[in-house]
Amino acid sequence: MSGEITNYVFEAIPHFEGYVYPNEATQQPLWSVLIVLYPYITGLVAGAFIMASLVRVFNVRALEPVYRLSLLTAFAFLLCAPLPLLFHLGHPERCFEVMMTPHLTSPMAIFGFVYAWYLMAVLLLELWFDYRRDFVNWSNQTPGLKGILYRLFTVGVTDVSEPAVKLDHKLGHILSIIGIPSAFLLHGYVGFIFGSVKANPWWGNVLMPIIFIMSAMVSGIALCVFNYMALSWIRRKAIDMKCLDVMCMFLFYALVVDAAIEALDWIHRVYSAEEGFQVLQYMAREKLFYTLNLGQATMGTVVPLLLLGTLQLVRNRVPDLVRRRMYFGSAMLILCGVLAMRWNVVIGGQLFSKSLRGVMSYKMEFAGLEGWFMGAVLLALPFIILTVMIKLFLSEKLPTSVSLETQGVAAK
Amino acid sequence: MSNKVTRRNLLAKIAATLAGIMAAPVARTAKAAVQKVLVSTGAAKGYDPTKHKWVMAIDANRCIGCGLCAEACKKENHVPEGPYYRTWIERYIITKPKPGSGAARGETIVDCPNGGMNGFPEPSVPKDQIQHSFFVPKLCNLCEHSACVQVCPVGATFDAPDGAVLIDPKYCIGCGFCIQACPYGCRFLNPVTKTAEKCTLCYHRVTRGLKPACVEVCPTQARVFGDLKNPVPDDPIQLFYQNNKVQALKPHLGTDPRLFYAGIDKEVR
Repeated sequence: MSGEITNYVFEAIPHFEGYVYPNEATQQPLWSVLIVLYPYITGLVAGAFIMASLVRVFNVRALEPVYRLSLLTAFAFLLCAPLPLLFHLGHPERCFEVMMTPHLTSPMAIFGFVYAWYLMAVLLLELWFDYRRDFVNWSNQTPGLKGILYRLFTVGVTDVSEPAVKLDHKLGHILSIIGIPSAFLLHGYVGFIFGSVKANPWWGNVLMPIIFIMSAMVSGIALCVFNYMALSWIRRKAIDMKCLDVMCMFLFYALVVDAAIEALDWIHRVYSAEEGFQVLQYMAREKLFYTLNLGQATMGTVVPLLLLGTLQLVRNRVPDLVRRRMYFGSAMLILCGVLAMRWNVVIGGQLFSKSLRGVMSYKMEFAGLEGWFMGAVLLALPFIILTVMIKLFLSEKLPTSVSLETQGVAAK
Repeated sequence: MSNKVTRRNLLAKIAATLAGIMAAPVARTAKAAVQKVLVSTGAAKGYDPTKHKWVMAIDANRCIGCGLCAEACKKENHVPEGPYYRTWIERYIITKPKPGSGAARGETIVDCPNGGMNGFPEPSVPKDQIQHSFFVPKLCNLCEHSACVQVCPVGATFDAPDGAVLIDPKYCIGCGFCIQACPYGCRFLNPVTKTAEKCTLCYHRVTRGLKPACVEVCPTQARVFGDLKNPVPDDPIQLFYQNNKVQALKPHLGTDPRLFYAGIDKEVR
């Protein structure tokens, strides 16, 4: 009887073609939309942090208006980065075993440490050093609960004498320098989780960590562009066009490198045409046609490259309004394109059998842990956290005493 | 540093070598003891994993695709209904080439309805067009360098000293990384326990002196099982190695499987 039921279920849902190993013939891929969001969100963190580092480490002063916004963006997204991973575990209650008894040959085992390092030692500390003087001032100026909150954030360190503030900035600067390789580590490591799977010809690729790092930078900068423009629009404030131009210049160059490396990856795959190439080719032509060719390559890479590239050449001839729209459009396209790229890697890598003889189908459900709704919630969550942080730390009502121009960058 | 041999450093070297020789079995036993205490393997009481080296081999020439092994495995190990298998049987049908095509062979058709548990239906190609047809039982490849063990973030899956690759279900966090890493599709996430699962060589049986369920029920002895550390007279596993030219699956991945096959084709992967 049970055998009959199983047969019936199999026949009712023909969701694979060719031959797939029987354990692969499941309803949905083992790593589903949550694991798509995990590298996406982590990438946004790394990219936003690099964006902030441009000001602090590389002294790109034009970007000062977005320095704090970038840091806060990185922080808000970092807080949410492990959530999809955690929700996806079969036993989330055992998650601390990853840190308590890590198995050191596993690329996944180190995530807890890399994450903790990046959150505690880099981002949180850098933010604190950057904001400490403001916290002290704001706690004196703001009454009520908010004032208490600012006082709590000072952690009792209320010395705002010149040497103390200078020390803050020096330490912040050092942390920023440490932060750049840490951001690369955080996301390159996420790429390695996929790149190290030699059983899967779509993933097992030496370029994977580099592709992840570059796409992370691209998506993170695009997110900062989006956040800056959205915030300015919400606050009805004029956009600093010089800042936006410089941001999008970096976005363009990062996209050029990213596109070049991804193209190199494909050229290598096509030319070497190793075992499994046929199935990859089929994936690109059929299963992932829209997300790969249209979403990732055309809309996510070529169109923004053309838009941003054009603006690099004839920036001064394009009116501000048109330029702003082109920048905004490019940023949105890139954000969607990188999400499509994560989808293609994670889901694409599981839509063909490791027997290389068949492919599976996947139709995302709406409700449930791995559905559209949960995905949307997890993507919205960092924006909600960021909104709260902006209210608290980028408030227009509070005077900002720290100007990088006068202190931060000068501390170099 | 001088390489001069003095009485002092010679004695030190001898002492170090002796200490190493003495420490090795102690360390091995300690490791096995710790594993026994910490890990829920289902092994019999008093079983010493360091004294055995279990291995299986498949003689595909003998397999008739009856599916008893897959069925026995499901029952013995309480494997959930649905697309979850610790072992299964694949049927390969290689057709004759089209006349005048200049090809040596036609296409390869592989199927495995229900893991082969209920046997196989009539082939989809007419019999006179089949060049070769054979069955291949699949299970954990018992890799020497298991990709699944390498990637487990908490070490819940491990190489037992007796050759089995096991999972501690009380420790597995259910991340699925091992399932992604196994090139042979031998692992699955148990929908009930939410932990990874795979062939254990019927560890609860072999540690009690029994054969794995699939070997026990195989009517043609296509599945050969044995203990490399304790060969018996006319040991089937030793005879298998002596009488066959063997191959492993996906050798290019460097996982170094200990599960050998006789009588399979290049199309099998």
